[in-house]
Amino acid sequence: MSQAFDIAVVGGGILGCATALRLAEGGMNAIVIEKSDLGQGASGVNAGTLSLQIKRVKLMPYALRGWAKWQAMGAAIGFHQTGGISLAFNQREADLLQERMTMKAEAGAPITLISGRDARAREPGLSDRVVAASWCPQDGHANSSLTGQYYRHQLRDARIAIREHCPVTKIDQTDRGFVLHGYGETIHARRLLLACGGWLKGVAALLGVDLPVRARVNTVSVTERGPRIMNTVVGHATGLLTMKQKTNGTVLIGGGWQGRGSPMNGRGLVDRDTLIPNLCLAQYAVPEIARLRVLRSWTGFEAHVPDFNPLAGALPGTKNAFVLGCVRGGYTIGPYISELMGDLILGRDPEMPLFDPSRPFDIETATRRIL
Amino acid sequence: MTYDLAVIGAGPAGASATIEAAKAGLDTVLIDEQRAAGGQVWRAKGPAIKAAPATPEGKTGDRLRAALAAVTADRHFSARVWDIERHTDGFRISAISPTGALTIETRAVLLAGGAQERVFAVPGWTLPGVIGLGAATALMKEQLVLPGNRVIVAGVGPLLSFVAHEIIRNGGKVAAVVDLNPLSVWLRCLPDLIGSPGLLVRGAWWRLRLWAAGVAYFHECGIRSIEGDRAVSRVTIGAVDANWCPLGAATQTYDADAVCLGHGLAPATEASRLLGADHQYDGGQGGWKPVTDDVGRTTVPGLFVAGDGAGVQGAAAAQLQGRISALAIAEDLGLLTTREWRRRSAPLILRIGKAQRFGRAMTALTIPRPGLIEAIAPDTLVCRCEGLSRHDIEAEIRAGANWPNAIKSGTRCGMGPCGGRYCTETVTELACRITGKTPGEFGIPTARPPLRPVPIGCLSGEFDYDDLPIPPPAPL
Repeated sequence: MSQAFDIAVVGGGILGCATALRLAEGGMNAIVIEKSDLGQGASGVNAGTLSLQIKRVKLMPYALRGWAKWQAMGAAIGFHQTGGISLAFNQREADLLQERMTMKAEAGAPITLISGRDARAREPGLSDRVVAASWCPQDGHANSSLTGQYYRHQLRDARIAIREHCPVTKIDQTDRGFVLHGYGETIHARRLLLACGGWLKGVAALLGVDLPVRARVNTVSVTERGPRIMNTVVGHATGLLTMKQKTNGTVLIGGGWQGRGSPMNGRGLVDRDTLIPNLCLAQYAVPEIARLRVLRSWTGFEAHVPDFNPLAGALPGTKNAFVLGCVRGGYTIGPYISELMGDLILGRDPEMPLFDPSRPFDIETATRRIL
Repeated sequence: MTYDLAVIGAGPAGASATIEAAKAGLDTVLIDEQRAAGGQVWRAKGPAIKAAPATPEGKTGDRLRAALAAVTADRHFSARVWDIERHTDGFRISAISPTGALTIETRAVLLAGGAQERVFAVPGWTLPGVIGLGAATALMKEQLVLPGNRVIVAGVGPLLSFVAHEIIRNGGKVAAVVDLNPLSVWLRCLPDLIGSPGLLVRGAWWRLRLWAAGVAYFHECGIRSIEGDRAVSRVTIGAVDANWCPLGAATQTYDADAVCLGHGLAPATEASRLLGADHQYDGGQGGWKPVTDDVGRTTVPGLFVAGDGAGVQGAAAAQLQGRISALAIAEDLGLLTTREWRRRSAPLILRIGKAQRFGRAMTALTIPRPGLIEAIAPDTLVCRCEGLSRHDIEAEIRAGANWPNAIKSGTRCGMGPCGGRYCTETVTELACRITGKTPGEFGIPTARPPLRPVPIGCLSGEFDYDDLPIPPPAPL
């Protein structure tokens, strides 16, 4: 029989890797099992925005602490604090901005409402059609492409076993824990953490657990390198735009416009009908990007449950199994909530409350809201 | 309206397919990036050189263009296809044309995008003055522009003699032709070439003319380095062994202001990969190619591939493949009976064997060998868009990034404007040496739209802010 690990973590994104690191610190012998490469799911293909203005009110305390983790990771993951501006182009959006940003400021984010003129003073490339804006000096970005590289080094330094290109196809429960079957591999572990994002539903189903997880298909685009045209992270009152120019001159455009496909039937696909309005909105905010060429648009699966709060705790009905995922704003929050999760598994008291996956979900209401 | 068939690429395969499809009664549309049909091999003369004497390649192209002009099919030239989406009942193609954005709905798609140049790095290959062998043919065929005043033509494959010959014919000077292969490989593939005597004679003629003009032609030789301050000024060559690995000291240095460099052609697979078709690695046909049946059907319903994009086999085979695919599409869509499809396809299928034999023999001459990697110095740039050296990429692979997407994410290799067209093959070879994988196991990075870089302003066009379908705000 092969070696038994204290815990097998299914999913090599930020949540899986960062939790494994916390568990290793606590003395557990962990293995991270990833179906493709480390950090190639949502963790590595999101737009890298570390902006508090787009975080949920309820999750703001977690986002503030997560932000500090990214700041500490620094240059290794391309951390930049640039400040961020969210824009309103008409009165309706200005009202929306005021309502939303006031609540986020009350939750602890250092956000202030500013005029369109002030916004342009901070970011001269902005369109003169901005009627109102909000400013958060703490906003910024990191390079999500480096997620895999960063955690590969971290896991190796912590002597945590890694299996890449190893999709888990079967999980057996025994009296001693779990037996995971992958590509020609059989892995024994006493505990199990599912942290596989958009693929949570399918993997939990291997244990007979039905998690109400769905996946959004978020679109991101990048341009060629261009002269400096913006310095901050630019967003929109609705939250449906994120845009920043990286140090190499490329402009990254996101905002959660929906592509097609689902984790269960293969890959996500860019949809021209959402890509073009996403780019139009970006161009409306910073007109100079019109002359930059788009080099690549792609999609990432962002998992969520009906109440849009995280799943972080014991896997319902399965002893010694845990689940971590569906963290809205998970790029920013991930490194922090993973430490809480690690503490829970280690039997310590997490410093902030987690989110019990066994809570009731009002699936009907949520479905209507998405549609 | 919805077309029956959209053909993407108007080279030998695409133009021939369009003619055949139109004759079979399909509502067909043809789209190409160039100003006229012909592809790279039969590229049309540009407006400035109309009076120049016609070449045999130009004449073949003129015949194809005339035949295409005689059939009823919509056509869009100078149109850049940037996206193809598959929907339940067909495909939607998005392009930027001189008149603006173009959307084409179609039941079936035939990809005839041809091949792309394969250029492995050598020290100094990013200096101005170094261009691909294929690029050199485009310059000369369309504009009669020479690559330089004193040119080194280097690499492998049949384009070497053609490019050198065209430079001489157009009044330029070739300092030397540097061929990695020995002369004997040409003799060894003679049996495969004999079936296509026209092409064989043409190739022999190029060599004869080079010999008569006193051009030095070195077999079993490769470039050791290209040097110059701001552009190419010197090129050093040396002998290679049977694996194309440098052998002994460099032998000669030439003054030159241009280098035409190429190591064969690879199928242009970005569109077939974007559409999710299965692909396989076949070094004998230029590397990664879509999996197809005999008539070019891919694993995606309604999607066909013909010509070099389905595996590099040359123009003669591509023409026949295009026609065979068009007939199969007509039968699939119910516009030809099975009997009629057989009747029309049979003579084409009979002829394609010889053409494929010739084309595959030519492609086989260019199958990458270890020496191509040996010739790359640690500090030589491999990904020129992102400025990454061989050392940078190998360090990432040794750190555990053992698959295409991981290497790409960690280093940005292949994320620049060329979309990995220059570096993917080299990275594959480097990774396979370190990890022990075969190119087929290593895989190929995910293809994403746009298929070509497109300015945001071209995609956004004229729009009214109030018409943007901005979804409801994210949950608070």
